[in-house]
Amino acid sequence: MIPRRTLADREDVLGVAMLAPALVYVILLVGVPFVLAILLSFSNATAGSLSFGWAGGRNYAAILGDPIFLRSLRNTAIVTIGSQVLVVVLATAAAQVFRAAFHGKRLARLVLLLPWAVPVSLAAIAWTWIFDSTFSVLNWTLKATHLMHGWLYWLGDPGLALVAIIIVQAWRIFPFATVIVLAGLASIPQDVVEAAIVDGAGFWRRLFKVELPLLLPVVAVAVLFGVVYTATDLGVVYILTGGGPANTTQVLPSLAFQRGVLGADLGQGAAIAVFLLPFLIVVAVAMLRLARRAEVGTR
Amino acid sequence: MKRVALYAAAAGFMVFAGFPFYWMLLTAFKQNRDLYVGAFDTRHVPWVFNDPPTLEHVRLLFGQTEFPRWVLNTLVVVVAVVAITVAVAVPAGYSLARLTGRWGERLGMGIFFTYLIPPTLLFIPFSRVVALLGLQNSLGALILVYPTITIPFCTWLVMGFVRSVPWDIEEQAMIDGYSRLAVILKVAPRLIVPGILTVVVFSFTLVMQEFVYALTFLSSVDRMTVSLGVPIALVRGDVYHWGALMAAALVISIPLAIIYNLFIDRFIQGFTMGAVKG
Amino acid sequence: MTAERRGDPIGVGVELRNLSRRFGDFQAVDGVDLSIREGELLVLLGPSGCGKTTLLRMIAGLERPTSGEIFIGGERVDADVPPRARGIAMVFQSYALYPHRTVAQNIAFPLEASGMPRSQIADKVRWAAEMFGIARYLERYPRQLSGGERQRVALCRALVRDPKVFLLDEPLANLDAKLRNTARDELKRFQRRIQRTTVYVTHDQVEAMGLGDRIAVMDHGKVRQIGTPQEVYEDPVDTFVATFVGQPPMNLLEVRDPALPPGTLLGFRPEHFLPRDHFASGEATQVFCFAVRRVEYLGSDRYVYGSVAEQGIGEATVIAKLPAIVATPIPEGEALEFAVPRKALRYFDAATGARRRGEGGP
Repeated sequence: MIPRRTLADREDVLGVAMLAPALVYVILLVGVPFVLAILLSFSNATAGSLSFGWAGGRNYAAILGDPIFLRSLRNTAIVTIGSQVLVVVLATAAAQVFRAAFHGKRLARLVLLLPWAVPVSLAAIAWTWIFDSTFSVLNWTLKATHLMHGWLYWLGDPGLALVAIIIVQAWRIFPFATVIVLAGLASIPQDVVEAAIVDGAGFWRRLFKVELPLLLPVVAVAVLFGVVYTATDLGVVYILTGGGPANTTQVLPSLAFQRGVLGADLGQGAAIAVFLLPFLIVVAVAMLRLARRAEVGTR
Repeated sequence: MKRVALYAAAAGFMVFAGFPFYWMLLTAFKQNRDLYVGAFDTRHVPWVFNDPPTLEHVRLLFGQTEFPRWVLNTLVVVVAVVAITVAVAVPAGYSLARLTGRWGERLGMGIFFTYLIPPTLLFIPFSRVVALLGLQNSLGALILVYPTITIPFCTWLVMGFVRSVPWDIEEQAMIDGYSRLAVILKVAPRLIVPGILTVVVFSFTLVMQEFVYALTFLSSVDRMTVSLGVPIALVRGDVYHWGALMAAALVISIPLAIIYNLFIDRFIQGFTMGAVKG
Repeated sequence: MTAERRGDPIGVGVELRNLSRRFGDFQAVDGVDLSIREGELLVLLGPSGCGKTTLLRMIAGLERPTSGEIFIGGERVDADVPPRARGIAMVFQSYALYPHRTVAQNIAFPLEASGMPRSQIADKVRWAAEMFGIARYLERYPRQLSGGERQRVALCRALVRDPKVFLLDEPLANLDAKLRNTARDELKRFQRRIQRTTVYVTHDQVEAMGLGDRIAVMDHGKVRQIGTPQEVYEDPVDTFVATFVGQPPMNLLEVRDPALPPGTLLGFRPEHFLPRDHFASGEATQVFCFAVRRVEYLGSDRYVYGSVAEQGIGEATVIAKLPAIVATPIPEGEALEFAVPRKALRYFDAATGARRRGEGGP
């Protein structure tokens, strides 16, 4: 008797069964809260009670009229764009350096990865110490090398504090971007580069006309992740400046936290956080486009 | 000449990336009188040990703060979350790669995109959900919520990994007489061990680095995780114990960096989702 | 087309003297001496790993020789001379087209690199594209083209630099088998027309025979034999060449004939191994008793697999290639009388593989 197909053979059943826990988890604990977040932004809920009163667009009206919110929106954009521009420059340069073979490259790579590996909060507290107004080792170095004559109150001055945040974000993300670009460089087909050599292209022409264009999808991925990590990050701002001095360095996540969690105004907190969505949607769409290009193939 | 420029550039990047850690090292072991010297005093060089190094900050960290407790808390959360992630993401990734065809691919992408939904959006509704479940100020809240960060990306990682393993061996097993389920339970695990390992390492690092949810849900010092406690709670009054702080940062960073270095290639594969071939 | 190159020499020869390349312990190219005539198409033929591609890349300037000298057009080319200064153009096995540039931009790339003014570039690109019949693809991207079309683009890009020497690395390998014949024909006609020295690497001996003015058969880094296809086929210098060139390979049998020195191998090609009664009675032949094992009907030919055991020759598998014209029925499992014309016999030294001349054959 030929054994019949049992349940243990049904690929479709098995497939769904193995996928179900992850799907359920993601729907329940990501999908639902996501929807909830948007709903909350239209409510007057507070953390204290379990009430959920419909407030219409009142939260949005409130924040759009609030200069602190508008400033935080602006700051989020400034920090994200500023740090990512730095990251792209640093990462492409570092990738060129690290693709060559040299002594101690493994150690160099380990050191290079440190900023990415360390927890955000610990990096942030270390940088707080580095930027400390009295004991800043950075200031000491600038002064000792005669590059600075006054004194930089990094975290006390609104403009400088934003610069400090940008530096920290760029510092912690560029290693990740570098490794991604390195992987991209390695994936450029060797014979295309050789064809360029045989065709007479020198180093710079090869770099700008052949290698960088072929790297574009990879660099784009690095930038997209960098944008997400920077725009949605709470740790660096919260620990470095707490949003200060006087709310001048607030970004969307930190303001949402201050109003929504510390201030227990869930409705307003949610409304503020919702403004992160445009950033994320742009990123998601760009990534989908990239994925489609990769599928169609570049060969 | 080119060689010199290369080494100089490499050194430059290393200095930029690494000087905070060197500074952490110095701070952790410097005596207070060597440490707390105003930086405007250019006669005192902060970049070296002017007095012999001391272990007092380390002793303070482990003896008089809650740091050991935080390490323990973190370990508890890590073990639980890694276990949950492996149990959920590995089968899901396998299923998406082998068992579900076209719609599976779309779904896989969808699951990956939930990784992009940030904690700083979800923490608002979560603070309510957690309160409702009575989990406020407990590690249980973290154990419940952290997998929302680890599962999407790890499922994607496993999916990519399983796709890259040729499936002849499994097909052979089916021809040899195993049912599909038996193949999954008996044959597949050995083939995807490196993928499982990557999931373990990646979830481990994700949990270690997480700050936002910990900040949102945990209020009492004895419940904190390392990532939360060190920057927030290593203070006496208004005074930061920088020596102990940096010692803590160092103790956590170095092992993480070593682990990261070992697994970086796998992570990158997951991130670049085919935009980089191979 | 020839009018474009008023006054230029037709083609420039390439000379290699004692050229070697080693990678660590591995000797990829071992003391190669080669003289390629102006305007000829020389094929480097050999199995994978024999060093033919390495040799090509050394001529191109993509690999540094460990020792030896390269002369292009009579001028010594130092290891430091970059590819662009050697007057060469190369077509890679994968064609190596720039995926992010259109066909027109691909062809234009070497001209841009040489600093040619914009207006001139456009004209030259058009001229080259028309010569290859790809003018209508100029605005397309490589990924939108078929294999054959991409090959033409690659050739176009190579031609446009007006090189002295063309280097081709297995350019037909990525094409469908059916396309290869027409592609081969096109290539040969193209090369005849432009009359530039061409070095062509392949492992496919049919391709080599069809394309080459001369063939250099390589093995383990050395050139075993260099000659016209006819010379290499009919007059192989050792067993390697004899068995590598020709499909199916030459039959080799150990001979224990007292008339011949010990350790001699007897060789004859399958197409010379025919039923005895096919030959006229006066023809000088060597007769064998052929035990037929299996017959393959391939349309234009029949391949007969069997063994021969006689006259002190040990049992050995022998293949006969019968053209369809020879319609003699060949039943499997029977022993038949087959013969080889004496002048088609070749003798080799069993130990070294070297060809022994003088006995029986040329």
